[in-house]
Amino acid sequence: MKDQHAAPLLTALEHMKANRTVPFDVPGHKHGQGTPELTAFLGEKCLSVDVNSMKPLDNLCHPTGVIREAEELAAEAFGAQHAFFMVGGTTSSVQTMVLSTVKAGDKIILPRNVHQSVINALVIGGAIPIYINPQTNERLGIALGMSLKDIQSTIAENPDAKAVLVNNPTYYGICSDLKSIVTLAHANNMRVLVDEAHGTHFYFGKGMPITAMAAGADMAAVSMHKSGGSLTQSSILLCGNDVNAQYVRQIINLTQTTSGSYLLTSSLDISRRNLALNGVEIFEKVKRFAEYAREEINTIGDYYAYSKELINRDSIFDFDTTKLSVNTLNIGLAGIEVYDLLRDEYDIQIEFGDLGNILAYISIGDKTKNIERLISALSEIRRIYKREQSNLLSTEYISPTVVLSPQAAFYSDKVSIPLDDCVGEISGEFVMCYPPGIPLLAPGERVTHQIIHYINYAKEKGCVITGPECMDISRLNVVKESV
Amino acid sequence: MIDLWYTEHHSPHVRFTVQVNRQLYSRESKYQKIAIFDSPEFGRFMTLDDVMMLTERDEFIYHEMITHIPMAANPNIRRVLVIGGGDGGVLRELQHYDGIESIDLVEIDQHVVEASLAFLPQTSVGFRNPKVTVHYNDGLRFLRPIVDTYDLIIVDSTDPKGPGEVLFTKEFYGTCYKALTENGIMVSQSENAFYPEDVLTVARCHRHISHTFPVCKIYQAHIPTNPSGHWLFSFASKGIHPTQDLDADVWNARGISTKYYNTNLHCGCFCLPNYIEEMLKANEP
Repeated sequence: MKDQHAAPLLTALEHMKANRTVPFDVPGHKHGQGTPELTAFLGEKCLSVDVNSMKPLDNLCHPTGVIREAEELAAEAFGAQHAFFMVGGTTSSVQTMVLSTVKAGDKIILPRNVHQSVINALVIGGAIPIYINPQTNERLGIALGMSLKDIQSTIAENPDAKAVLVNNPTYYGICSDLKSIVTLAHANNMRVLVDEAHGTHFYFGKGMPITAMAAGADMAAVSMHKSGGSLTQSSILLCGNDVNAQYVRQIINLTQTTSGSYLLTSSLDISRRNLALNGVEIFEKVKRFAEYAREEINTIGDYYAYSKELINRDSIFDFDTTKLSVNTLNIGLAGIEVYDLLRDEYDIQIEFGDLGNILAYISIGDKTKNIERLISALSEIRRIYKREQSNLLSTEYISPTVVLSPQAAFYSDKVSIPLDDCVGEISGEFVMCYPPGIPLLAPGERVTHQIIHYINYAKEKGCVITGPECMDISRLNVVKESV
Repeated sequence: MIDLWYTEHHSPHVRFTVQVNRQLYSRESKYQKIAIFDSPEFGRFMTLDDVMMLTERDEFIYHEMITHIPMAANPNIRRVLVIGGGDGGVLRELQHYDGIESIDLVEIDQHVVEASLAFLPQTSVGFRNPKVTVHYNDGLRFLRPIVDTYDLIIVDSTDPKGPGEVLFTKEFYGTCYKALTENGIMVSQSENAFYPEDVLTVARCHRHISHTFPVCKIYQAHIPTNPSGHWLFSFASKGIHPTQDLDADVWNARGISTKYYNTNLHCGCFCLPNYIEEMLKANEP
């Protein structure tokens, strides 16, 4: 057992400061001395530790000293065989999982509501996606977890697949039956990769849904900067027992910067210590806040702040009660409209709004008074803006038809044609609806009427549609041969 | 006597300093730092998070102006809600009105009331009024479920930093609107419009209130110990106009003795300097 009070990277940085080491290395701002405006804005303390790798501070690409010690502490805190500190966001953690598990032409089973980063990894690596359409809850219009039965049948149809990727929990807090998925996949010689971007707190809170590592998954990508409190863009990649961590490190180094930020890595070290020592207490508080807000929001009327009552032990195997997801359809407003009203009229920025729901992120940093503001603003929005429900299409999940691999389509010759003329073509690019960043179309997929209708509708509702070269999404690049 | 001085920042570059005889009370509550001092010039004064809330010497100006303006604009006020006001000064002014049936006071911090009862008898005498019910709660939370109930809401808050922050938000003003009766009035202290940081607060509040209530007028008073000495209040209502609906004779017939407020001043205090008028206009619908 290691002592989780230790924070080796923090200690090494403090030591470096105390030594007053003279910098004749990069970065050129030299502890902020050369950039007074930047230093005034970010603070002297911050700039003084924005330094380069040096022997006492170890090297993120090849850690043998304090970074390695800090990663070992993290691995133990998360119950993993190995932990990597990542500085390219959880996107880089997810892509590393995919790239170190499947090669060009390999099949990977994954739910359609994966993050864009997963499909990007397929474009880079050339693996073939086998999508499982997530079950959806009709009333709420949200994607659920993966049903074990769907995975069983998909594995039976694709016995040569190399891996199963699971989102756990989803953005909305929905968990799949990880343990059974791992047993099933391992029995069929498939790896299990878990996008655990929204589940850092599962490792530290009490009475939380099972974690990827505890369920025996092979790898997991954990967004420490979401519920864990580290700086934006920092992340942790976890490896289970049978994973060759040194090979994973080589994959990371294919794309990761060689100037890993000490602001990011030290924030991981400090946050890991805080969670290991105080996590239970912190997440009890977060749960209490979320529970209180749910109760109050549900008494306002029309809003539905959902929780464990949704559990069906299959596609909703468990629910993360720290998530505050609220369905808005009964006040006649799309989630994205409530999301905009909260920001524009009430100066409250929430995590996202989709067509039928909003999600307010409750965390370690919240205060009672701000929770009261959020609840009251929702109450006011209902009082002032409530209208009859009319043609509020909720989020639809459209089953993709994969014609080409994402890599083949992305790198093929393409031609730009008006969106409305694209029916029947093969898309050469992504179309994402943001938030929450789940693909409507990925490269290599057949464009249908339904998809075009949905893109137009989401645009009209104020969702941000991203991905295509054409910024206003009036045109789409499609694969040339298919025109 | 030792040479002891209390200093607070009126702006990042301006300090206001008062000689102090001694400190009477000091406590860090769950919400804020509370202190009470005794001074040769201003008598006893209370500070919350190092900002003066009231002094015995000039509190009459604030408490009279935040209370008698709305009470004179509508002589038929029956149910009153005070948010904040833990020193009791507003309650003291309200006890002159026999027509009031009930007063709810919602204060987030019980220790403010306890300290006032112990050390500020000049204002906390207001708590003796049997019509008063004290609720220790967040003002926004208290009001959220209430609809069509109060004829008058007086927002006697701290500055918009710290626990009083929610009392300067659009959702709070909207929640007040909902809780008011058809002839309802909301009065709120609205900071000063002199120091640039505070001007932003006044502008934001005025934008929120004037987009929530059909009537929203600003009035002023001169309070020596407040930053810039020139203090603003917001008068918001669902229809009652603060000066056009004033019946001076009715108020004067009550025979209430005041040191600052009178019905001429009532009309005059809504006449504002140009620089303030312009700033307000820019934030109206």
